[in-house]
Amino acid sequence: MTGPRDGGAMTGEPLLDVRDLKVSFRTEDGLVKAVDGVSLTLFEGETLGIVGESGSGKSVTMMSVMRLISDPNARFEGEVLYKGHDLMTLNPDQMRSIRGTGISMIFQDPMTSLNPVYRVGSQIAEQIRAHDHVSKQAARDRAIELLAAVGIPQAAERVDNYPHEFSGGMRQRVMIAMAVSCNPDILIADEPTTALDVTIQAQILKLLRKLRNDFGTAVVLITHDMGVVADLADRIAVMYAGRIVEQGTRREVFYDAQHPYTWGLLGSIARLDRPKPRRLAAIPGQPPSLLRLARGCAFADRCAHRFDLCDEQPPLLDRVGGNHLDACHLEPKQKKELRETTIHPELIGNAE
Amino acid sequence: MATLLEQAEVGPELTSADLGRNPWALAGRRLRRNRIALAALGLFLLIVVLSLAAPLYARYVAHVNPFPPNLNGHTVVNGKVVAVMQQGGGTLHLGETPIGPTWDLGHYFLGADGVGRDVAALVLYGGRSSLLIGVGSAVLCGLAATVVALIAGFFGGTVDAVLSRIMDVIWAFPVYLLAISISTELLTHSNGFQFGPLHVSASSLWTPTIIIAFIFVPYVYRPVRGQVLAVVKKEFVEASVAQGAGNTRLIFSEILPNVVSTVIVLLPLMVATTILTESALSFLSVGVQPPNVSWGTIIQDGTSLLYTRPWVSIAPGIMILLTVLSLNVLGDGVRDALDPRAKLRVEG
Amino acid sequence: MLTFIIRRVLWTVLVLFVITVVVFIIFFKTPGVDPARAIAGRNPSAQVLQEIREQFGLDKPLPVQYGLMMKSIFISRDLVSYSNQGVKVVPEIAAATPATLSLVFGAALIWVVMAMAVGVAAALLRGTVFDPLLMVLALIGVSAPVFWVGEVANLITQGTLHDTFLFSWVPPLGYTPLTQNPLLWFKGLVIPWITLSILYIGLYGRVLRANILETQNEDFIRTARAKGISERQVLLRHTLRTSMITFVSLFGLDFGALVAGGALLTEVVFGIHGVGYLTYQALANLDLPTIMATVVYGAFFIVLANTVVDIGYAWLDPRIRPT
Repeated sequence: MTGPRDGGAMTGEPLLDVRDLKVSFRTEDGLVKAVDGVSLTLFEGETLGIVGESGSGKSVTMMSVMRLISDPNARFEGEVLYKGHDLMTLNPDQMRSIRGTGISMIFQDPMTSLNPVYRVGSQIAEQIRAHDHVSKQAARDRAIELLAAVGIPQAAERVDNYPHEFSGGMRQRVMIAMAVSCNPDILIADEPTTALDVTIQAQILKLLRKLRNDFGTAVVLITHDMGVVADLADRIAVMYAGRIVEQGTRREVFYDAQHPYTWGLLGSIARLDRPKPRRLAAIPGQPPSLLRLARGCAFADRCAHRFDLCDEQPPLLDRVGGNHLDACHLEPKQKKELRETTIHPELIGNAE
Repeated sequence: MATLLEQAEVGPELTSADLGRNPWALAGRRLRRNRIALAALGLFLLIVVLSLAAPLYARYVAHVNPFPPNLNGHTVVNGKVVAVMQQGGGTLHLGETPIGPTWDLGHYFLGADGVGRDVAALVLYGGRSSLLIGVGSAVLCGLAATVVALIAGFFGGTVDAVLSRIMDVIWAFPVYLLAISISTELLTHSNGFQFGPLHVSASSLWTPTIIIAFIFVPYVYRPVRGQVLAVVKKEFVEASVAQGAGNTRLIFSEILPNVVSTVIVLLPLMVATTILTESALSFLSVGVQPPNVSWGTIIQDGTSLLYTRPWVSIAPGIMILLTVLSLNVLGDGVRDALDPRAKLRVEG
Repeated sequence: MLTFIIRRVLWTVLVLFVITVVVFIIFFKTPGVDPARAIAGRNPSAQVLQEIREQFGLDKPLPVQYGLMMKSIFISRDLVSYSNQGVKVVPEIAAATPATLSLVFGAALIWVVMAMAVGVAAALLRGTVFDPLLMVLALIGVSAPVFWVGEVANLITQGTLHDTFLFSWVPPLGYTPLTQNPLLWFKGLVIPWITLSILYIGLYGRVLRANILETQNEDFIRTARAKGISERQVLLRHTLRTSMITFVSLFGLDFGALVAGGALLTEVVFGIHGVGYLTYQALANLDLPTIMATVVYGAFFIVLANTVVDIGYAWLDPRIRPT
């Protein structure tokens, strides 16, 4: 089982390059801008974490990359380049040949994501045989291999079980097995652990890391929980109200966070190695309605540091240093001060 | 036919506690925007009005009393006075044939039936019976089913088990068999039957109404009971109990409002079903009895004239078709409007 | 699984028992109806009435009468009709069954195929004008009373257009057994088949379309697409397989009801002397033994259909199989 297929790693070109993606939905109440100009890149073998609350647009972004949104009221703008080809311009057959083999996706709820009337083995085999001309027996054998690789005990027997005969964590492993069955370049994991217990969460994340290390798959990990990406992600993008508000390496985002929303997210992590705070800091307020986006910064309503410029202009992603971007009008000096004096003590302290 | 009710999707529970806005207002707004459903409602109301106006039509427009036979009657066609029953008419030129449609609203618009009566007037009167029975039995059925479902769902346990088993047995009866059996039986009593102090004569319209309401109770009972059970489990009911609310209060103020939407969604569909059932029973002569007429009885009367004067049978059938169709479309519209899972729709 | 079946069989027997008792009570116990009088005909003398009562066992207590009747239906099968003197009821029903089965099987075949076509087409063509068009046609099918459709069909095929090439092949109303004349059997059933199936095509087409659209929103359909399998595969192996579960269950129930005598309106209108026709005649004539026998026959099939559907459901949906 080899790693990346093409020589993308040599040229330094991103595997996935999303350019100014905009996704909106026409509803009976108006136009909902679910994704409002998102740009991100993913390189071979790296893990990108996309963090945000519900409604931030993180799932819609990646579902749009896979072109899995079939709502007739959806409107798409922008480009999604996969190995140089714009996926938004492909016809259904071409797109179909990329799904599952080039880019794979696993979803949040393993209970409902697997077809309840077919055995898991046949569901995995179905994907294999959709992309490779192999015999039924060969596909079945491969399915057993995959189930074993993701840690399902007695894979040779359990391959004939139905989804409802597995526990939640096991089901997610089956989903992962299915998703990696054709050696995709990119695996998108949309809140893979949200529906699972905390202990199972850790196991699934460990599995993802193992697969990534063994096969060099690039992973996009979507979550609302900063703790989930703390371990796994190479780079992190923080999304709010359909836009990216901060983007950088894991180090940069955790230790040098520039955006007040990121500060809020970090502040709300409960840490085991620090004294228990009086209260877990929650970010006050609610995410904004995507129907009527503010003229200025979308986060202004909930931001403790807002000033007049925030209400007038939406902040663009600025460079702090290198590729660390953030969308906040505050001066870098101000941000450093605020972070260190007010918030820093409650945030992550020393580098590991 | 009963499967129409069986697979009617009952909307998920609406709780005003859950939604920020009043769900009824939301539903009303959605329904008002559904032009097709409104058109269907309009058509249905038009038919109702026309049927209720039967006596007016008979008296002031057609100038007939359509109930007694009119074998020697006359009417005016193209300015000439003609006999309502024509000698030697039809292809075989035997016996008497009633006149066909004149397409003149004032004079036997749809022609005459086998005993010389004005078919158009009869069809309107037939509509009265069919609609009264249709709506009446649907409402009665809804009430009965709701009461039983409330009791069964609320008290649970043995009460629920017993009631549900009884419903299952009624449900197991082939619908038409049960209806025809009971109808036949009751109709052989020329003195009608007693419900305690109430006496219902055999030829009253109440007879088919009660029978039809009865046979469909299990079909409404099931979804309503399901809804009652779902609501009973909800937290806000538990909260009310914790506050010491009595049983009656609970049933009326908490459970009933949430269950009503289930019945309302089913109502148009129920009326459609009851109208079709009544017409079938009347066609088989075990529904509406003379001297009353309904669309079904007129179709039956028209079968002997089918090849010579087809309009006697065709016209009432078209009325049934239009009525039931409009109710079905309306039913779809009501269901869509009350469905909080309705997909986001494009404007306009 | 075995206990499940045994429990269902017991339930079947119980329901059959209750139904027959209820019908028996309806027809035998209500005051004012004297079966002896019905059998006797005009102005019977008291002596004749007494003889009839003895002959038919009408002077015995009700439970005994019930028992005797059940015995003569199931065991000795020599139950005799009240209105048709000397005719044995059980063989009469047996003779009428092929007509009903021919009618129902043919109609069912047509309606299943057409309903699937309509349902799938409407779902696939969603957003175009064909979807609402098909649904309106389906609604019309559901809204027209079946006996009226039959009469109109007769009007057209036997009357107005009978002499044209379109319908000159339609034979006069009635049923011809398959063994007697296959071609005539077929020709005589075509119009009744179409008439009976119109209602069900409308009904099932709508059900299937609704189920398909609902299923398409399920998560596992999204997963199936994410796997990169073809749209056709998604439709057939995933969407339809799930949507058909409701379709099949409903079909089982309706089919059972029709075989049980529910097609009586169609049979009456087209002069097909099947079980439904027999039932209707028996009821109209208050021919109590025939009524009882047809009720037993009918209720049995309905409960059988229910049981088959329940078992079939478990087979179709692994989640509800008892482990």
